[in-house]
Amino acid sequence: MQAAAKNSPAEGPSSVLDAHARAEIDRALAQYQAQPGPLLQVLHAVQASLGHVPPAAVPVIAEGLNLSRAEVHGVITFYHYFRHSSPGRHTVQLCQAEACRSMHCEALTEHVKQRLGIDFHGTTSDRRVTLEPVYCLGNCACAPAVMIDGDLHGRVTPASFDALLAALDPVP
Amino acid sequence: MSSIQIYVPRDATALSLGAETVARAIAVEASRRGVAVQIVRNGSRGLFWLEPLVEVVTLTGRHAYGPISVTDVPGLFDAGFLEGHGHALHRGLVEQIPELQSQQRLTFARVGSIDPVSVADYRAHGGYEGLQRALAMQPADIVAAVTQSGLRGRGGAAFPTGIKWQTVLEQTAPQKYVTCNADEGDSGTFADRMLMEGDPLSLIEGMTIAAIAVGATHGYIYLRIEYPHAHRVLNEAIAAACDAGLLGRDVMGSGKQFELEVRLGAGAYICGEETSMLESLEGKRGEVRVRPPLPAVKGLFGCPTIVNNVISLASVPIILQRGADFYRDFGSGRSRGTIPLQLAGNIKRGGLFERAFGLTLRELLYDYGGGSASGRPIRAVQVGGPLGAYIPASQFDTPIDYEALAGIGALLGHGGVVAFDDSVDMAGMARYAMEFCAKESCGKCTPCRIGSTRGVELMDRVIANVDRASNLQLIEELCETMLHGSLCGLGGMTPFPVQSALKYFPEDFHKTIA
Repeated sequence: MQAAAKNSPAEGPSSVLDAHARAEIDRALAQYQAQPGPLLQVLHAVQASLGHVPPAAVPVIAEGLNLSRAEVHGVITFYHYFRHSSPGRHTVQLCQAEACRSMHCEALTEHVKQRLGIDFHGTTSDRRVTLEPVYCLGNCACAPAVMIDGDLHGRVTPASFDALLAALDPVP
Repeated sequence: MSSIQIYVPRDATALSLGAETVARAIAVEASRRGVAVQIVRNGSRGLFWLEPLVEVVTLTGRHAYGPISVTDVPGLFDAGFLEGHGHALHRGLVEQIPELQSQQRLTFARVGSIDPVSVADYRAHGGYEGLQRALAMQPADIVAAVTQSGLRGRGGAAFPTGIKWQTVLEQTAPQKYVTCNADEGDSGTFADRMLMEGDPLSLIEGMTIAAIAVGATHGYIYLRIEYPHAHRVLNEAIAAACDAGLLGRDVMGSGKQFELEVRLGAGAYICGEETSMLESLEGKRGEVRVRPPLPAVKGLFGCPTIVNNVISLASVPIILQRGADFYRDFGSGRSRGTIPLQLAGNIKRGGLFERAFGLTLRELLYDYGGGSASGRPIRAVQVGGPLGAYIPASQFDTPIDYEALAGIGALLGHGGVVAFDDSVDMAGMARYAMEFCAKESCGKCTPCRIGSTRGVELMDRVIANVDRASNLQLIEELCETMLHGSLCGLGGMTPFPVQSALKYFPEDFHKTIA
């Protein structure tokens, strides 16, 4: 099931939360709603457990925190990190910032896009990999830098990227 | 026989080069050979061309070996590295490595040396002596010490830290906050990350001193989501400090309270701007606030708030421990103390080098950095992150301090220096500066939100040789508008890389199109 496009309101099947998702959202609300300024923490908790923030979560979170749906939607769309749809099983982040550019990350980026057959923000059709740009991973003296599922890699070449990719779970 | 101590970093850069598998391989090999070893996961010394750098504690001192890969491990044991014996990758005693020995490490003195989450190790190396002194002082005297040290905000704005604290101290309010800006988004910078991963207790101690000084009881570290390793270390260190009575309801038995927690950002560069960071901490869109009121008067949740960078706060303990004069005696002119310089990009020996202000760019690039990684001439450096100017080789003799860099139209920012060799296309980099601003603009003010997008379009026309002269003229005018009309530094400083690229590398904007 695909979630609604990033900026459209929740409609159709995606507006229904399954029991597990609802339980995770309620858990996040219960954990953080008494804290000052809790919205980002709630969104982080929801995305950590569900992999994304489903559009149907917006009214639930809004009600739980006594905010408008517009406020919650506005925060989700402001931050690059929060996503409306579920990512693939692995997330590959390629740094695009200056230090990585000085070591020609554009060429690595082209290689990765071709290898995966997707552009940034895309997910491979087998749902194995989602590709995202990132602007600095703090590994600037060992550029180009890549993060895969939270693991950082430095001085990445097309060949070493292919090896990292092959070491992820086998294609089903 | 007691076990031999071996240090293998848990710093993110070291891990990115294989430190985790090296640590595991050493443990396996030691157990196979029946040798008792204790592997300590330290921070990095910042000599990244030697990472993973393995250190062994012997009777003659700490011997360094690097860069070590998994396949080197059996050979290290065979060569007798546990006794500090020779090996092709043996670097001698770690503190005698020339690039480390020539530094003046004040803020980073413990980074790479200690177990970052051990309170006992931290205290054995002078930790918490600063707070102990602060607790015996009047709040105004603590603030005065920080002012007299000459410490200026290391996040980039270089505002005197003590003056900020003084403003918060003067406010009467039921609640005040100390916040740490750990949203280190500038490309080419990693000092905050290394400090948080290598010596987080110095940041925690610095924040506690700030809280005691101004009467705050709660603190937040606003950490970027791109730093998961730092997040883990910070949480471990905060828990350890709480267990040791160094945070919480009764800090060091003083009866004073200070609670500290980490809040995560969500991938927005603008949240490194202090008012945007406060909005984000409040759970809102990270839109920049109009100043005044200053955060020191009306900051987080409307309360008086200290907002300082990681390095500024982590420099406070040594100022209190050794005295304001000790710190002030380093540096030159109005740039007092030391600066952790981060050398990155196309460079042979990249890393972090803490020095008193005044080292020249050339010394940094060639004496420490060894020239470019590619072996080609270094054509330009960008100092101070994506909003910093590009500096040509003809100006590499400029000393690295706030005033000297300002004198050539550049800025030091957070101390990051990114090197580019002669394959760089400066028109492409100028376009990227506008593109980055367009992506990361919070959208609140027009010069930044619209100007950056127009800037990308204009640059595309220049590169494609469409009405080049008039579009270059428009870019100059657009830069002036953004410079003077933007609400904060993102729109207001994006012109710096663009204008400097145009000024020093005009040939790149006039290439013939095939």
